[in-house]
Amino acid sequence: MARTEFHLDFEKPIAELEQQIAGLQQMANDRRLDVRGEIAPLEAKLADLRREIYRTLTPMQRVQVARHPRRPFTLDYLARVFTDFVELKGDRLFRDDPAIVGGWARLRERPVMVIGHQKGRDTKENLRRNFGMPHPEGYRKALRLMHMAERFHAPVITLIDTPGAYPGLGAEERGQAEAIARNLEEMGGLKTPIIAVVIGEGGSGGALALGLADRLLMLENAIYSVISPEGCAAILWNDATQKERAADALKLTATDLETLGIVDEIVPEPAGGAHADPDGAAEALDEALARHVPEVAGLDPTELRTRRTDKYRRMGQYVEA
Amino acid sequence: MAWFRKDKRKRTAQREKLEIPPDAWGKCEQCGHVDINEKFERALQVCPSCGHHRRISAQRYIEILIDDGSFTELYRELRSKDALGFEGYEHRLASASRKAGTHDGIIAGHGTLTGLAVNLGVMDFKFMGGSMGSVVGEKVARLIERSLEHRAPLILVSASGGARMQEGVLSLMQMAKTSALMARLRESGTPYISIMTNPTTGGVSASYAMQGDVNLAEPGAVIGFAGPRVIKQTIGQDLPDGFQTAEFLEAHGMVDAVVPRSELRATVASVLRMMVSAPALEAQD
Repeated sequence: MARTEFHLDFEKPIAELEQQIAGLQQMANDRRLDVRGEIAPLEAKLADLRREIYRTLTPMQRVQVARHPRRPFTLDYLARVFTDFVELKGDRLFRDDPAIVGGWARLRERPVMVIGHQKGRDTKENLRRNFGMPHPEGYRKALRLMHMAERFHAPVITLIDTPGAYPGLGAEERGQAEAIARNLEEMGGLKTPIIAVVIGEGGSGGALALGLADRLLMLENAIYSVISPEGCAAILWNDATQKERAADALKLTATDLETLGIVDEIVPEPAGGAHADPDGAAEALDEALARHVPEVAGLDPTELRTRRTDKYRRMGQYVEA
Repeated sequence: MAWFRKDKRKRTAQREKLEIPPDAWGKCEQCGHVDINEKFERALQVCPSCGHHRRISAQRYIEILIDDGSFTELYRELRSKDALGFEGYEHRLASASRKAGTHDGIIAGHGTLTGLAVNLGVMDFKFMGGSMGSVVGEKVARLIERSLEHRAPLILVSASGGARMQEGVLSLMQMAKTSALMARLRESGTPYISIMTNPTTGGVSASYAMQGDVNLAEPGAVIGFAGPRVIKQTIGQDLPDGFQTAEFLEAHGMVDAVVPRSELRATVASVLRMMVSAPALEAQD
């Protein structure tokens, strides 16, 4: 399969070095030369370069990585981290929303309910998946699956990756606000563990509607924000090109959110980001989930819920004058 | 010689000219109807001609809903904090306080409504567009807890453009915080009446505003998840007439009833008296 290369602007040095290595390899193959001695230091240099560039990303660059079209999506993790996935579709009210996928799967043998936003890899799939922006029926499907997990005492694992809930005519007509509000309330009271992972873009209320959880994990280069940097810049400064400034101000990176006490753990990504090595990213996610799921799955449902409510009860910062 | 002669006497005004102060008149923003302000005020700032509900202050809603002299404000001391170091936020807060005359986007308290003890929160759009940050979330959370503790009904009047971006994800988490508590309130059988006024959008509509046992809305109020401008941009066409109004939401099953301001107090009182169980009412007396 031909791989369409896609490089972010700051990844250019990485791409150039990759090309250089590939060229050398090609030449060696053609002429039957042994160039292992030449390639090894280049690959070491490439690894260093990746680490170095990714260590010092600006918040807006992380937004770009979080939105990378080759970044692993929910179905990619379902294929790598989980087994026996059976997709369950539809909200039983209106239709199936392909912007959210969900169903039964096993995490290291344990049955779990996995629900996540799903973006498309190309234009055609993106149109079908609506770029990962759900309609109310997507959230209602998610809620139906969560209640099913509750009835059968299985943990819920949600994977968050959306620019936001879809702002369109049909979505409003069918109660986008109501659907999100209901999910939040029901998730607050759900008598089974919920573990949420921001794997890419955590876009505001559309992300939170799958994100009220006992544990919130976040991939190293994922972002989570109340508004997109572009939207924030447009509102505050009437200028969407000020997105870097807005991305800085919004404190939307995994480290920022860990400092603010919102995120429980950051899941490390392979050097060069999850898109450079989806298997490596899946391995790290598997490792983290395998630790967190048993911890919360063992709790008594009432205790679990009390802890969940208390956790959110403490969120927010204000002064009492 | 004329039998009648026109009296050429200079006429003087029979009475003094009425001095009408220029601010005695008000003009309806919707239909352009001009009337004396007193008439607008008597109608609770509803246009006598077209019924347009003008924006009123949080204080005014308290006067409309709560029995005279029974309101006690709670949690007044809560102040927003620039937790993210967001440029310009401190300044915005200070100017919003001056402009709105309040300390944040909501006034919380308790009082009686036709004798029934209730907890009430009223959002103020004048304070940074009624945006919900940590203080709004915290006051709502405390009101829910107070309602749980006293088994007293909760009434929230919303007016908000959504979450306050200057507090980043902390604002977003207020939706989760209030919703988790709201789940408890619902299970406890304590009634919650949500009243949506113009506008109720974003994070507020996607959390407590839509979670009422009974959702009421003022006529013509814009209610929705995304604001009309964002939707227009996304779909690249004009929105149909009446899209996202209270009446539209009522027709689409998201709001129980559209209630004119003049009937708000009576409607809430009447429905609450039927929802609050008899023993709970007796316990209050």
